[in-house]
Amino acid sequence: MAEPGLGTLGTIAFGIAIIAAAVGGAAVLTWFERRLLGIWQDRHGPNRLGPFGVLQVVADMLKLLTKHDWVPPFADRAVFVFAPTAIVVAMLLGFAVVPFGPDLYVLDLNIGLLFFLGMTSLAVYSVLLGGLASNNKYALLGGLRSAAQMVSYEVFMGLSLMGVVMLAGSFSLRDIVEAQRELWFCIPQFLGLLTFTVAGIAESHRLPFDLPEAEHELTAGFHTEYGGMKFAMFMLGEYLGLILISAMIVTLFFGGWLGPWLPPVVWFGLKVFALICFFILLRAAIPRPRYDQLMTLGWKVMLPLTLLNLMATGALALWWRA
Amino acid sequence: MNTALFYLACVIALSATGLALTRANAAHALIYLIVSLLAVAVLFFLMGAPFAAALEIVIYAGAIMVLFVFVIMMLNIGEEGVERERDWLRPRFWIVPGIMSTLLLVELLLALRDGAAFGAALTSGQAVAPKAVGLALFGPYVLAVEIASMLLLAGLVGAYHLGRRFLVRGGRH
Repeated sequence: MAEPGLGTLGTIAFGIAIIAAAVGGAAVLTWFERRLLGIWQDRHGPNRLGPFGVLQVVADMLKLLTKHDWVPPFADRAVFVFAPTAIVVAMLLGFAVVPFGPDLYVLDLNIGLLFFLGMTSLAVYSVLLGGLASNNKYALLGGLRSAAQMVSYEVFMGLSLMGVVMLAGSFSLRDIVEAQRELWFCIPQFLGLLTFTVAGIAESHRLPFDLPEAEHELTAGFHTEYGGMKFAMFMLGEYLGLILISAMIVTLFFGGWLGPWLPPVVWFGLKVFALICFFILLRAAIPRPRYDQLMTLGWKVMLPLTLLNLMATGALALWWRA
Repeated sequence: MNTALFYLACVIALSATGLALTRANAAHALIYLIVSLLAVAVLFFLMGAPFAAALEIVIYAGAIMVLFVFVIMMLNIGEEGVERERDWLRPRFWIVPGIMSTLLLVELLLALRDGAAFGAALTSGQAVAPKAVGLALFGPYVLAVEIASMLLLAGLVGAYHLGRRFLVRGGRH
């Protein structure tokens, strides 16, 4: 592995800082998302507590912390308690390979991209085991849906990134950013960007792909039986997933920390922020598809598109070099 | 340091596999199996094969095991399944396979004691970059890759055929 850019102590401190920033960011996002949704839907959203209602975050946290931490008697206790932690741990680990600046990273693995894919696929267990351990029909159906959705979308999630890997010639996220100095990959890899974005939303099961929860038909899907802090962990994991997917899209397709005038980490933050706003806009704008439409979209539209992109990129890359 | 980590991961992998075999509750057994796969991924990483480690997590722990959990959820056997499994785990069912696998384990240990190559691979810690893996796969081992892809294609066609028949029959009634 390459030498860490910050030294051992610096890397540890930076890792802790990332965890704090990601968790804090996820908490603020819960408020920010509701405010933005409010603006787009022509209403106020939470605006009472503190300036612009930002203290709503604290109020929500206090409410969740003081709730009775209840485990249903019919649930599989150990698995029920373990399930929500998996998604938070996996998502936080995923942040380890994200390069925030030329020397601002925790790990520069030569398999960085695969590490990220591995962590997102491990996060699925949270939803699955939560649904299974709840011993509740709604939760089970939510978990089942999520298993099918994740497996289907994971297939082309990985494949959609292989075009980027081909162009950059490396799995290391730092090398991928460096390879975008002349041209961001969102232009030669627009099909990859499209498919990865769709897969990313499906993997973090946000609207419009939140079929595992689908409160209109499954009450709350896999987390029907969850309350208090354990429910908050699921939500935290989901928002962490949103931030992580945005950070990955920025790194892989929008030149990561690259940009003129401003310091690299500011560019990175701005790009991630813009993408998060875009994801919230998607939530406000697009209705939820039916479950079979979701699966059809994955297998019959997205997968062929991804394969097409992969073939075209490979052919062009060969032709370019010859 | 690496050696200590290696043996720690070994202990975790072996005990998790043992627990996966002996759990009566299928969901618990699967969780232990996932842990065991993660431990094997750590072993690959420590032995200088980060690419194999990543694939172990992405494919085995992340995709195949999800399908296992999916099947368990579909069947949703619950308490009676646990009882039946407990019934199957009685000594007279596992004692003969147990003896056989113990003999295999002894053989493996003997082979390990004599095979210096294993120790060398662990201590030299020669890391293999993903690019080198790709070059090897599509260079000298391209025949193996082609055979594997043909096998996978056969599996895909077979699965399609079975699913197709099911769909047609379902549609007629």
